[in-house]
Amino acid sequence: MKRMGLIFRSKATRALDRAEDPRETLDYSYTKQRELLVKVRRGVADVATSRKRVELQMTQLQQQGDKLHGQAQQALGAGREDLAREALTRRSGLQQQILDLQTQHAALQAEEEKLTLASQRLQAKVEAFRTKKETIKASYTAAEAQTKIGEAFSGISEEMSDVGLAVERAEDKTAQMQARAGAVDELLASGALDDVTAAPNSDIDRELASISAGSDVDNELAALKAELPSGERQAIEGGTGPAAAPASRDGAEQPEVRPDQDPPPTRGGTP
Amino acid sequence: MIVRIMGEGQFDVPDDAVDALNVLDAEVEAAVETGDDMAFATAFSQLLERVRSHGVRVADDALVDSALVLPPSDSTAADVERLLGDEGLIPG
Repeated sequence: MKRMGLIFRSKATRALDRAEDPRETLDYSYTKQRELLVKVRRGVADVATSRKRVELQMTQLQQQGDKLHGQAQQALGAGREDLAREALTRRSGLQQQILDLQTQHAALQAEEEKLTLASQRLQAKVEAFRTKKETIKASYTAAEAQTKIGEAFSGISEEMSDVGLAVERAEDKTAQMQARAGAVDELLASGALDDVTAAPNSDIDRELASISAGSDVDNELAALKAELPSGERQAIEGGTGPAAAPASRDGAEQPEVRPDQDPPPTRGGTP
Repeated sequence: MIVRIMGEGQFDVPDDAVDALNVLDAEVEAAVETGDDMAFATAFSQLLERVRSHGVRVADDALVDSALVLPPSDSTAADVERLLGDEGLIPG
């Protein structure tokens, strides 16, 4: 067949040439296979841990974004468009972070699936190897062992190389992502993400707090006034109270009277 | 013919599909030599896709050596160039 530039030819293992007793090679290889299997499973767990960490960060950033959105609404309600704009600007900075994390999350998820499948393949092959190994050891005669052992190794060492490389690559990727995740954690902890694009000397939280504190005081004052006996209320409200109250009461009664009064003229007009 | 895509497993590709693989492989090789990342990505993903679509997945518990081994799907032209210069990709 024509030589392929990119495609590599697989080489069969030569490990058994070095062993005094080929059966020891079988056991040694099996031990190595089991070790690799443990390593792959640990790799899957590591990637899953990283994925969960990114998920947690996405939730935290999302919550911060929701909070800023609520603050923007609150600021608009208080007539502070400048604060609302600032909150929304900070929020858009967070959205970018969230998008980055989503990309990382997808990559980790793909890596996790790939490694899980690799682990399943390796496990099936290790199991098949074990069966072959036991058969060979049971019916051992030096002559037939040489050929059978050669056959037993086919496929397994290739799979081990592949899976071994896959685990290494996954570890590298996970390490990179953990470094980035660590940076995001630090940002979240420092509160610096609140200030991604904001002017240094303005604090949405504090200003909104003072606005809402101010309106809370007004509301409580109004409630306290309402609870006072009418004499005291008049004393507090001064001369305007007694004069204004009857006037507004009269004004409220008049419209209620009119609908009753209106029909008679209409009836009188029709005959 | 058994072909392994690293990171994905083995595929049994019918012999009559190998010529088409050779054509794609030549394109990939050319792209690696000229360092053309776009051309590489296209030709390489076509090559892998042909193996996946024309090949039948080998059972997980089958112990067979591959006739050919392809690098992982997320390899870059630079990765492949490095692998091409490295004889012991699949150590014996």
